[in-house]
Amino acid sequence: MTHSDEIPRPRGERDVRYFKGSTDGKRPLTKDPLEGAASAYDLVVIGSGLGGLTAANVLGRAGHGVALLEQHYNFGGLATWFRRKGGHTFDISLHGFPIGMKKTCRKYWTQEIADSIEQLDGVRFDNPQFSFETEFTRVDFTNKLVDVFGLERAKVEAFYDELRRMDFFDPTTETTGELLERCFPGRNDVHRLLMEPISYANGSTLDDPAISYGIVFSNFMSKGVYTFSGGTDTLIKKMKAELVANGVEIFNSVLVDKIVIEESPMGERRVAGVEALGRFIAAKAVVSNANVLTTVHKLVGAAHFDPDFVAKAGKVRLNTSSCQVYMGVRDGAELPWVTDLLFTSTRPTFTSESLCDFHGESRTFSFYYPKTRPQGRPRYSVVSSTNARWEDWAELDQAAYDAAKDKLAADTLACLEGYVPGVGGLIDHVEVATPRTFAFYTEHPTGTSFGTKFEGLEVSTQLPDEIGGLFHAGSVGIIMSGWLGAANYGAICANKVDAWLYSLAEVSA
Amino acid sequence: MTPEEVVVAIKDIIQTIAPDEEVDGLDMNERLRDQIELDSMDFLDIVMELRKLYGVQVPEEDYKELGTLQGCVDYLGPKLADKELHCASRA
Ligand SMILES: Cc1cc2nc3c(=O)[nH]c(=O)nc-3n(C[C@H](O)[C@H](O)[C@H](O)COP(=O)(O)OP(=O)(O)OC[C@H]3O[C@@H](n4cnc5c(N)ncnc54)[C@H](O)[C@@H]3O)c2cc1C
Repeated sequence: MTHSDEIPRPRGERDVRYFKGSTDGKRPLTKDPLEGAASAYDLVVIGSGLGGLTAANVLGRAGHGVALLEQHYNFGGLATWFRRKGGHTFDISLHGFPIGMKKTCRKYWTQEIADSIEQLDGVRFDNPQFSFETEFTRVDFTNKLVDVFGLERAKVEAFYDELRRMDFFDPTTETTGELLERCFPGRNDVHRLLMEPISYANGSTLDDPAISYGIVFSNFMSKGVYTFSGGTDTLIKKMKAELVANGVEIFNSVLVDKIVIEESPMGERRVAGVEALGRFIAAKAVVSNANVLTTVHKLVGAAHFDPDFVAKAGKVRLNTSSCQVYMGVRDGAELPWVTDLLFTSTRPTFTSESLCDFHGESRTFSFYYPKTRPQGRPRYSVVSSTNARWEDWAELDQAAYDAAKDKLAADTLACLEGYVPGVGGLIDHVEVATPRTFAFYTEHPTGTSFGTKFEGLEVSTQLPDEIGGLFHAGSVGIIMSGWLGAANYGAICANKVDAWLYSLAEVSA
Repeated sequence: MTPEEVVVAIKDIIQTIAPDEEVDGLDMNERLRDQIELDSMDFLDIVMELRKLYGVQVPEEDYKELGTLQGCVDYLGPKLADKELHCASRA
């Protein structure tokens, strides 16, 4: 990813069109990416993140005519991977997800995909306040909070129960920070344990609503952390095969420029289709898996919405982005077992904002052992992730940008050395991704890794009330992000699209 | 469909969505969620199956009517009266 997020430079071949992807960020288009596409579909899905893929699959399976258009050459959105010389494969967002993904994959994909989901063997925390291995289950966290942190068991149980009971439709105005302070006053160490994994998982902070925290916490910090055995490439390959089997027509390297809206004489707005690569494709419904704000402002355009709605969308805050360092162990060398997922920090106390610090002291390591890809040669890699702010990276000139990336790589390797002495000698590929990289690959504004803050969910769900047949399915509102959140939101959206297409068919019947 | 067939239809849909659950002994009046593992996503799937199999639209504000089997019979009975029972899980 390193070399690819810079401004694409033409290489002399005037008439060759490039698109993003590949090791240098561009690949020549050798054929028309829309070759074979029909002029009209029941539904066009824009974007192939897990939200878009799942919506497309559920609706294709239900018998609708679906086209899926993705601007990148790979499908999967942030659920992605890349390969490098030396036989390296790096996964971007395979650190882990809740067990609920198994059921979601069984219902909206296949039993076979669900069966490849396996629990991680190890999750570890290491920071100045505490250091231990955890099963990442309600039972184990409760025991830790009692035995290590000295809390009363009843208080911990009450916390878990209260969060389980939180009602999305009846939210309070409490923030996550207030909730944690009310339940465990003055215990920054406890707040760290209960918040740090959630902040990493969805970019939320102590200032975000308690309700979004409660929902994610109850799903996530209760039954362990899971992964997809076979790697992200295998998952997406299986999903593609399933889409095709369900009659979904999938097209990569197709950037959608516009969602076309038509207005009836009565002033009713409805989607007519999309424009991509200079072509119009008609559709009765459009599902956008692009960021919700991109959908409103860029793909549709503010002029097609009520001014009140545009004002509401204008208040939606984007979530933060990420930095990653990918470290590949040379072929033939082995990493000793450390753990699968390590939350590490040298910061004495916890604030959720500090996880975004430019050159901060906190990061997560995902250690990938041969079990990640049991089908291939035994390989090892380590991916370090931090949350990050676009503003810290956006304005750097090339020299400063390269220097900042080098520093991040060096700091990360030094930190890793503390867990695997001599690791530097085992690694033969190091590469850095920044918010600029994520923006480049996904077209997401400010490289947002997890969509928007809570208020974005309402804007996303109200799109069809504004414009008939316009839907959004993708990371939004904190709770609908991550692999599980995005996939489930795709299925929720599919149900709405199905109802819409059904009602159109009834009218015309 | 008779009210008895509505129950068969619903149990059949539940079976496709939650194959590990035992649907035969379900009580008519107890909440479905309290008897078997069904979450809000599963209810969406039930609604989608009803539309697909029987052309019945259940608007979001009526989802709560489907909380018990008896509720399903009361709410869906009239909508399904002139429909034939298909069994998805046995199809
Ligand atoms: C570094 C990092 C680590 C993460 N780790 C985890 C993890 O361990 N576990 C977890 O559960 N989640 C993780 N996540 C979050 C998770 O990956 C995302 O929330 C989820 O994959 C997002 O899915 P989505 O449906 O919102 O779409 P996205 O993945 O955001 O995809 C949107 C797609 O739309 C395409 N697109 C946008 N505009 C257009 C256009 N105009 N025309 C055509 N295509 C377009 C983009 O190219 C992209 O493919 C991580 C995220 C990041 C950034």
